[in-house]
Amino acid sequence: MENFTPVPALLGGVLIGLASVWLLAANGRIAGISNILHGLFARVPGDLAWRGWFIGGLVAAGFLWHALGLAPAPREGFGLGWALAAGLLVGYGTRMSNGCTSGHGVCGLGRLSLRSLVAVVTFMLTGALAVYVVRHLFGVAS
Amino acid sequence: MSARLSAFGAGLLFGIGLWLSEMANPRKVLDFLDVTGDWDPSLALVMAGAVAVTLVAFRPVMKWPRPLLASSFALPTLKEIDAPLVAGAAVFGLGWGIGGYCPGPALTALANPSVEPFVFVAAMVAGGLIESATHRQGR
Repeated sequence: MENFTPVPALLGGVLIGLASVWLLAANGRIAGISNILHGLFARVPGDLAWRGWFIGGLVAAGFLWHALGLAPAPREGFGLGWALAAGLLVGYGTRMSNGCTSGHGVCGLGRLSLRSLVAVVTFMLTGALAVYVVRHLFGVAS
Repeated sequence: MSARLSAFGAGLLFGIGLWLSEMANPRKVLDFLDVTGDWDPSLALVMAGAVAVTLVAFRPVMKWPRPLLASSFALPTLKEIDAPLVAGAAVFGLGWGIGGYCPGPALTALANPSVEPFVFVAAMVAGGLIESATHRQGR
């Protein structure tokens, strides 16, 4: 547990919560990133702009963090085949269950949604299972 | 403020939270999910901090007649705990545990000088489209 960083974790979490409240209070939308992204490709008229601008802000935060010299060095040596497989599973699964860590986690739990609680417990369990298999049984450096 | 600028600002703040908390670092995420290894509990506090805010603020805001910059709220209507919910969450978790990225961190990591987040995001979009194409008609 020598990597434990409780203060930035808690502060960062509060910012994520505030951003979610902001999007709900101002735009009337749930800050569920997977649904915002998948909705870009559903081509519902009049529904695209806010999604694009939100994701633009998300990406801009990454460039800001790099410009400030605060971003950690990107991971090296993680196979792109693993990244491809992981992305397919995340895209497929979040579309099927209508949410991810933000939509079911941050926002769904905040709405006291039982559906979201079930989703969060499920993806935490299978996430831990995948790490156990990939890191410890297959020995993949990740 | 326009609704578009507001959405951009919310995305920017959300992304800063992801970087500050290190949620945008896939190694940190995998160390959190690695409960049988050298476990790092930090990301439990990210979720705790975020949910503490939404628990307090979401329900009062949802009682407003309308949001500040839009004509109505667009809120989830599904209530049922069904097979697609559980199966989809299980599949998502497997991908999260393999790659260390969930959707938000993957998008903000597109700023990294690395091809890895691009491969992940392209695959994530494709995975969503495959799910829509194979399952949506039957529901």
